[in-house]
Amino acid sequence: MIPLITGAEITFWIAGPLAVLGGIGLIAFRKAVYAALSMAFTMVNLAVLYASLDAMFLTFVQIIVYTGAIMMLFLFVLMLVGVDTPDSLVETLRGQRVAAAVAGIGIAGLIVFGIGGALAGVKPVGLEAANAAYEGNINGLSALIFGRYVFAFEFTSALLIVAAVGAMILGQRARVRHKLTQKELSKVRMKAYADQGVHPGSLPNSGVLARHNSIATPGLLPDGTVSDHSVSETLAARGVIVDAPAMSKATAELFGSIESTMAEEGEE
Amino acid sequence: MTPEYYVYLATILFALGTVGVMVRRNALVAFMSVELMLNAANLAMVAFSQARGGLDGQVATFFVMVVAAAEVVIGLSIIIVIYRTRRSTSMDAASLLKL
Amino acid sequence: MITLETIAATGVFSVAWLMIAVPALMAGLLLISGKFFDRTGHWMAVAASTTSFVLAAWMFIQMLGADPEHRAVSVPLYTWINSGTWKIDAGLQIDQLSIVFALLITGVGSLIHLYSVGYMAHDVRRRRFFAYLNLFVAAMLLLVLADNYLVLFVGWEGVGLASYLLIGFWQHKPSAAAAAKKAFVMNRVGDLGLTMAVMSMLALFGSSSFEAVNAGAAKLSPGWATAIGLFLLLGAAGKSAQVPLQGWLLDAMEGPTPVSALIHAATMVTAGVYLVVRSHEVFEMSATAATAVVIVGAVTLLAGAWIGTSKDDIKKVLAGSTMSQIGYMMLAAGIGPAGYAFAIFHLLTHGFFKANMFLGAGSVMHAMDDDVDMRHYGALAKILPYTFYTFAMGYLAIIGFPFFAGYFSKDHIIEAAFEHNLWAGVAALVGAGITAFYMTRLMLMTFAGQKRWREGVHPHESPKVMTVPLVVLAIFSVFGGLLMNAWIQEWLEPAVGNHVTEISLVPNLIGWLTLAVVAAGVAIAWFVFGGKRTIPDVAPATRNPFTVMGRNELFGNTVNDVLVVQPTMMAARGLTVADTKAIDGGANGLVTVFNGLSTQVRRLQNGQVRTYALTMALGAVAVGVVMILSQLG
Repeated sequence: MIPLITGAEITFWIAGPLAVLGGIGLIAFRKAVYAALSMAFTMVNLAVLYASLDAMFLTFVQIIVYTGAIMMLFLFVLMLVGVDTPDSLVETLRGQRVAAAVAGIGIAGLIVFGIGGALAGVKPVGLEAANAAYEGNINGLSALIFGRYVFAFEFTSALLIVAAVGAMILGQRARVRHKLTQKELSKVRMKAYADQGVHPGSLPNSGVLARHNSIATPGLLPDGTVSDHSVSETLAARGVIVDAPAMSKATAELFGSIESTMAEEGEE
Repeated sequence: MTPEYYVYLATILFALGTVGVMVRRNALVAFMSVELMLNAANLAMVAFSQARGGLDGQVATFFVMVVAAAEVVIGLSIIIVIYRTRRSTSMDAASLLKL
Repeated sequence: MITLETIAATGVFSVAWLMIAVPALMAGLLLISGKFFDRTGHWMAVAASTTSFVLAAWMFIQMLGADPEHRAVSVPLYTWINSGTWKIDAGLQIDQLSIVFALLITGVGSLIHLYSVGYMAHDVRRRRFFAYLNLFVAAMLLLVLADNYLVLFVGWEGVGLASYLLIGFWQHKPSAAAAAKKAFVMNRVGDLGLTMAVMSMLALFGSSSFEAVNAGAAKLSPGWATAIGLFLLLGAAGKSAQVPLQGWLLDAMEGPTPVSALIHAATMVTAGVYLVVRSHEVFEMSATAATAVVIVGAVTLLAGAWIGTSKDDIKKVLAGSTMSQIGYMMLAAGIGPAGYAFAIFHLLTHGFFKANMFLGAGSVMHAMDDDVDMRHYGALAKILPYTFYTFAMGYLAIIGFPFFAGYFSKDHIIEAAFEHNLWAGVAALVGAGITAFYMTRLMLMTFAGQKRWREGVHPHESPKVMTVPLVVLAIFSVFGGLLMNAWIQEWLEPAVGNHVTEISLVPNLIGWLTLAVVAAGVAIAWFVFGGKRTIPDVAPATRNPFTVMGRNELFGNTVNDVLVVQPTMMAARGLTVADTKAIDGGANGLVTVFNGLSTQVRRLQNGQVRTYALTMALGAVAVGVVMILSQLG
């Protein structure tokens, strides 16, 4: 008997490997942002698989809630804590990777050996009947959630509220000392100037040149050198600073050529 | 399509998640690995739901997603608090759980 | 076999326990009262002791009035131990034997209490001293009045404790502290014997009461009879300073002299004789044990006398003499029914005359600023008349001068010894001669000859409170023998089952022989130490082995040291080495091993969350494997 190739099978063999690829990416990418994107990719693929398994409601929940909300929350926090430095992939704990691999393979082996074998040759019943009972997947699920599982549902709502309150409390920063007044701040500044010679005034502006005036442009001191304080340290660290002296030099040369031309014209 | 293959796929994803927790030092990535493990379990449940012809598996998956959302909120808050005090999200840095 | 019939206690006998309780309570009161009774405590102690004496005397008179078969009284007090198969009643047995002991203890004890009032007048710890004396009287009475061996043992230990406390009373002197310890330790060896005897009795008879033991002794196997007999003998030897446990008695003279008189001459050291006589049924079942008693007695009487001839310390001469005299008693007790009464008879007379002489020696020391060296005495007869005359009475009594107390008691023993065995008789006879020699030497060196006093010593007669007891004891030393000679055998017969023998006041052949030997001893002493002969100020160096051995107490301490102390010390050192090296080493090694292990195991807990995750994952795998394997099985 020739096995019937269904759409679900085709979907599985496409989305399954892609999901695995995403998982591998999660643990292999050095940059956390890439890892997060791989994860999102896996989730989308899982959503596709859900769809092929007649779970339409979960497909959309997976995409909207998981991929859309939770993963974006991850990305947001990643931005918050700094995405600039990629993780070092040098393992500090001796033997951790080998042991982790052994554990991972062991778990996989156990599940395959313990459960997988038992499922071989099981004919899936399919969800047509179940979905039809309440005229649709969503209707069926809602009947279960607000029927048989209503208490669990209420508990999860309580759980969500608690989580929200908890996140608020964790996010709140308790002030341990009183807020410094203007007077105190100026005293601190003057003291720093007296002790370490830190300039008490405000920092210099970024450079305003003929061609550039972005915050990535350093300001020039009267002698033409760059003032280090005029650009953000973050930008300096990223290396996106515009080479202001080179730019001013080009401008100066241009002005020079214009002036010489004007002088020649004046002689004529 | 037997549930066997879905379970194998779920197993692979779960194992990848486990390894991720153990191998990655960035707390956020490790946390995402945990999410991957949850997703693997979800996939298995959805597959079983389809195999058995009942919607209970899907309901369970739904609840897992809700709990995961709550968990992520709290987990990320904790990571942020740690980051605030230690200026790092490395799991190795938070190694005070020893004598 | 004669079994003692006891009657229920009535009248004064029902309060017999007061005899013990009054001094015991007084001892406790004096010990806890602090300074409150410092001024009156000694008289309170005398009163307590006298109360006991009055009670004892009252009972004695009651018993005299009763017919011989109904004299012994048993006074059950209470059930002491009641556990499972053991039911041991604490009770008193007041019979002919114990009442004479009680009279001796309380009578002589009260006199010595009185004497101590004078002797200890200037001691800052006088109240404590009298508390200990009362404690001793109580314990000794418990010992002799007990109706079973276990209660006897309590008293036995009590007198040991009192002896320890009193020997070491002047604890600021290291020698006194050491002597107390020595006495205590050597007594423990004897106590071991008594303990084993009591345990054997409990095992064999299921009871330790005298009644049960005496009744059951007849059915004993010879082996057990010998064993119990030898155990008892060991106990007796320890308490009575008999060879081979004699070493402590000479050192015990470190205690105050009244203590030496009461405990180490008159009463406690004779407890061994009491024990042997009390257990006569056991010894009658075992000829071996009885012979051992005879041998111990004979050896000790010669050894003690030998030591007595060579010592210059007046108290040590008397201590050697005490050993020797107790040897006589032991000899008599070992002879069998023929000797029991004589052993007790000699014990009583010895109690009188030896207490008398010890107190006399105390009086001499009192006069000589606590100097005990007889070479520093001399010519004290005129200066200390009371002391001299009372001492002389004791002297005549101990050497067995006709019609003095010792004459009757000792001659009976010598005669009985000759009837029993020629060698025992010869030993007793020779001992009598040596006794005469060393006592004469003591008298001559102390009271006769020239003055050899140290500078600044001004002898003076002791106060009345000390001389009155001396006089009373001297009277007993003179008449005690005559008084009891005809009476004691019949009196004791129901209690100890002795054979009543005919006694005549006219000496027989052995009697004359004894007198001749005693006269020879006195004569030799006179020729060596008497008349105008000068006594060297320090003991002359000599190579005479007899003298050297005597001065060194027959090397008893050396023997103990070589046979017991050194091996014990070596074993202890070996054990110390084994302890530090093997046991401590093993323990420390184990600690090191576990330390190392824990250092390794601790690495598991490195604080790294990822490691914990790994451990958890591996654990989950392990659990899963086990579960699957168990399903497969």
